Amino acid sequence: MSDTHARTTAFVRDTMLPEAPAPIAQRGAVKWLRENLFSGWMNTALTLASLYVIWWLLAHITPWFGNAVWNANSLAECRAILDGRSGACLGVIRDRWHQLLFGFYPPQHYWRPVLALVLLFGALAPMLFSNLPRRLLWLSALYPFVAYHLLWGGSIWIPVVAAAGFGVGALAWRLITPYTALGAILAALVTPILWWVLAAGAVAGALTSVAPLGLEFVRSDRFGGFLISLVIGISGISLSLPLGVLLALGRKSDMLLLRSVCIIFIEFIRGVPLITLLFTASLLLNYFLPPGTSFDLILRVIIMVTIFAAAYIAEVVRGGLAALPRGQYEAADSLGLDYWRSMRLIILPQALKISIPGIVNTFIGLFKDTTLVVFIGLLDPIGLSNAIRADTSWNGIYWELFIFIGALFFVFCFGISRYSMYLERKLSRGHR
Amino acid sequence: MTDTALPEVATDRRIDASRMKVTDEVAVQISRMNKWYGAFHVLRDIDMTVYRGERIVICGPSGSGKSTLIRCINALEEHQAGQIIVDGTELNEDLKNVDKVRSEVGMVFQHFNLFPHLTILENCTLAPIWVRRTPRREAEEIAMHFLEKVKIPEQANKYPGQLSGGQQQRVAIARSLCMRPRIMLFDEPTSALDPEMIKEVLDTMISLAEDGMTMLVVTHEMGFARQVANRVIFMDQGQIVEQNEPEEFFLHPRSDRTKLFLSQILGH
Ligand SMILES: Nc1ncnc2c1ncn2[C@@H]1O[C@H](COP(=O)(O)OP(=O)(O)OP(=O)(O)O)[C@@H](O)[C@H]1O
Ligand SMILES: [Mg+2]
Repeated sequence: MSDTHARTTAFVRDTMLPEAPAPIAQRGAVKWLRENLFSGWMNTALTLASLYVIWWLLAHITPWFGNAVWNANSLAECRAILDGRSGACLGVIRDRWHQLLFGFYPPQHYWRPVLALVLLFGALAPMLFSNLPRRLLWLSALYPFVAYHLLWGGSIWIPVVAAAGFGVGALAWRLITPYTALGAILAALVTPILWWVLAAGAVAGALTSVAPLGLEFVRSDRFGGFLISLVIGISGISLSLPLGVLLALGRKSDMLLLRSVCIIFIEFIRGVPLITLLFTASLLLNYFLPPGTSFDLILRVIIMVTIFAAAYIAEVVRGGLAALPRGQYEAADSLGLDYWRSMRLIILPQALKISIPGIVNTFIGLFKDTTLVVFIGLLDPIGLSNAIRADTSWNGIYWELFIFIGALFFVFCFGISRYSMYLERKLSRGHR
Repeated sequence: MTDTALPEVATDRRIDASRMKVTDEVAVQISRMNKWYGAFHVLRDIDMTVYRGERIVICGPSGSGKSTLIRCINALEEHQAGQIIVDGTELNEDLKNVDKVRSEVGMVFQHFNLFPHLTILENCTLAPIWVRRTPRREAEEIAMHFLEKVKIPEQANKYPGQLSGGQQQRVAIARSLCMRPRIMLFDEPTSALDPEMIKEVLDTMISLAEDGMTMLVVTHEMGFARQVANRVIFMDQGQIVEQNEPEEFFLHPRSDRTKLFLSQILGH
């Protein structure tokens, strides 16, 4: 101790050193190249090999796109124009893009799905970006009814009367709440169902005969292409999230019966391939439903896709719930918040935030799985590519169609993924 | 014990005991209360009456059941036998009673348990708005009042993760106070803090005591016990072993276990 002390001399700096640049070999592009690409013979070899692979891929793909033929009405015509060179025959996209996007939806009504898609972004905005006024959420709530009417058409009174069911429920709740809370909740659940089952059909019929307003009806079997993927995908995504959250909460509940039902449901659905559920939707439901009910195939598929994704979401959300410290539940309890309020205000916002990557993963999987509906005879983009090939003029064309379809899906899935990254970044503020 | 210096609470303020008045109105009545964790008998025959205005410190070795006891008082844990009556409301299967008691009893935890996704102000207004149905504007005024009382009004719009431990614990106290509780429970409020921060939190608790709050405090801060509490309860193995006024408790502990505990915690 004493001799270290003897060697220390008191020191005070009286002039500050000026800032100096790093040595040339240690900065800028040279440093970066050295550190990242050529640090040692192994890395240098890998760099050169990768460069070769990239060059090889580009050398084959660029001419293929570069020589692309747009002005051709059949594959044979394409081949004649290309004259032996390799090149994409994008004429098929020009000729059939409307089918790939809309299926057999009547062309004079294309504006309806397009408008529905544009409105979708409007309806999503208040949910996705929290800095917009909360009041706009009411417009989002109306969106499903508007979209239904735009897509399928028919009497305008059908969605109006269906939406009124929620109004009926809210009214019942409002009227009964002052007397009994439990009764009010029951009434809010039962009255809309009674309304839809008993009154809605008659009321809609009566209103239609008085004022026959509405868009021209389009049958479900005219739907196809990317339109059907979007309808199934977006309905499935928006329905499976709340259902999945409820299942996750049920699985953690103290009530034995409720918990068992949730566990059995989740495990059963997760243990079964989606395709079997889709076949069930197309075949078996007919046996269970009362004879004579015609239950739209798209609707059935939406139900199956929803419960399939919900089972996965439930497990993702359960992981998020388990990751929260017990202290959060206790603090919420100790402040007197009841179960639903503590879930909604304290637990779920945090658990869902943790679960975002898993939830988004499930959503993207769901969206791409919509292409499986081709196996039960719905004409999604893959189904349509088969149909297009069945036409003699395009017989034998594969790559161009699949690349187009792949690009469409990529744009949507990539968008979802980027949004989720934005959301994670935004929510990460203020967290430990 | 005469060779042990008596503990002093770490504070610069003068403790004004004149406003700490114990009334003879009963705040909490616990009689023959027992609790088990599975087969483990964690609380045995607890009998205890807390009068309004009392500051009770509960101490004892680790695992003696101190936390469990005060967590039973706001039904974070349920008891299996005996009776707990808080402010005239008995804790039983009736969930309405549980909610009522919880909204009148504040609790402060060792690890603060602030809600990390909400700002300090939102942490404080949440329960008044959703449980008491206080209008937002008014809830914010109340929150700012109590944040000023715990001396951190300027942090109102930050998130808990941006505050020091001592500040977080003071926010946690303010959050409880916003519900205007009649009883406050503290479970080792300073155990997770550095000495400097312990002092800020103890100051806050002393000023609360001076306002006449009924407090049950589990703590190892023996200075606080001696100078602020009016009664010290010593627990061991799930039982109340000894209770007395602080001076007597520290100068003339009666049971051997208390003597052992005090000699360990006060040190020689
Ligand atoms: N959820 C639980 N399940 C089973 N045993 C538990 C549970 N919580 C606590 N215990 C046990 O009950 C006993 C009392 O625990 P408690 O937390 O009340 O002790 P404590 O006096 O607060 O101790 P400390 O000073 O360490 O906080 C301990 O032996 C503990 O292991
Ligand atoms: Mg404890």
